Amino acid sequence: MTNPETHITDYRVYGWVLFSLLVLTTLTITATWIDLSAFTVLIALVIASTKSFIVLRYFMHLKFESRIFTVFVVMVLSIYTLVIILTFFDYLER
Amino acid sequence: MELHRDDEGARLGMWIFIFTEILLFGGLFLVYAVMRNRYSDEFHQAAHQLNAFIGTLNTVVLLVSSATVAMSITAVQKGEKRKGVLFLLITLICAGIFLFNKYLEWGHKIYIGLYPGSPLMIGLKHGYILFFSLYFFMTGLHLLHLVVGSIILTIVLVKVQFHMIHEGKYVLLENGGLYWHLVDMIWIFLFPLFYLIT
Repeated sequence: MTNPETHITDYRVYGWVLFSLLVLTTLTITATWIDLSAFTVLIALVIASTKSFIVLRYFMHLKFESRIFTVFVVMVLSIYTLVIILTFFDYLER
Repeated sequence: MELHRDDEGARLGMWIFIFTEILLFGGLFLVYAVMRNRYSDEFHQAAHQLNAFIGTLNTVVLLVSSATVAMSITAVQKGEKRKGVLFLLITLICAGIFLFNKYLEWGHKIYIGLYPGSPLMIGLKHGYILFFSLYFFMTGLHLLHLVVGSIILTIVLVKVQFHMIHEGKYVLLENGGLYWHLVDMIWIFLFPLFYLIT
């Protein structure tokens, strides 16, 4: 079976990815020191999502996989987001 | 006659499993979101019981472990067996550090009587009980995944060492790595939502 995934990622790329993840972690922590109540949660979630995006794309190799993998991931995350939105539509109306 | 192999299919299988895990933890995060919305003050207060320093340390440790498991794949792809084993070893050491930190955290809480069902816990306000229940359940379930991931990576490490995983056949290592990154990603969300809401 031909293996399209013959791309070998250089060690240094992973080093840079780790560095940016650590920077984002620091950012999350310092951001939560500033109290903006609801907005702080949003910032924390945005940063966490960015970190996840980086992990998915580079560590989990989505950038170099067949595109269908990315399509599946986006689909699942979209379904999950939809579930959250629908739940809150219900919950907030109670 | 060569046995049929489908590495991309094997990876797809792991991704499908990861999707189920995302929905599993996703459901728990949804419960957290609703309960936090309802008891925001009590969640905010209860979070003071958590040690943000240990939480941060654990986050850093897991991020490093994700990098090293990814690097071990590169090493095996290049045929650098020793480096591959070394990176996997570092990954497992990081897992051990995380495990030890959790032992300290939970140990302390149990020592002061703060655990699900304890007399102290039952006497607390509802919002507090919810926070701690979610904390123990979600970090506990995550910890279980971390332990399973560690076992898988240990098996992978042994296979790399004995050349059963090598540059011509390493999909098991990739799949172990994918599972490990899932463990890391779950923690990426657990950390700010439990430790940084003070």
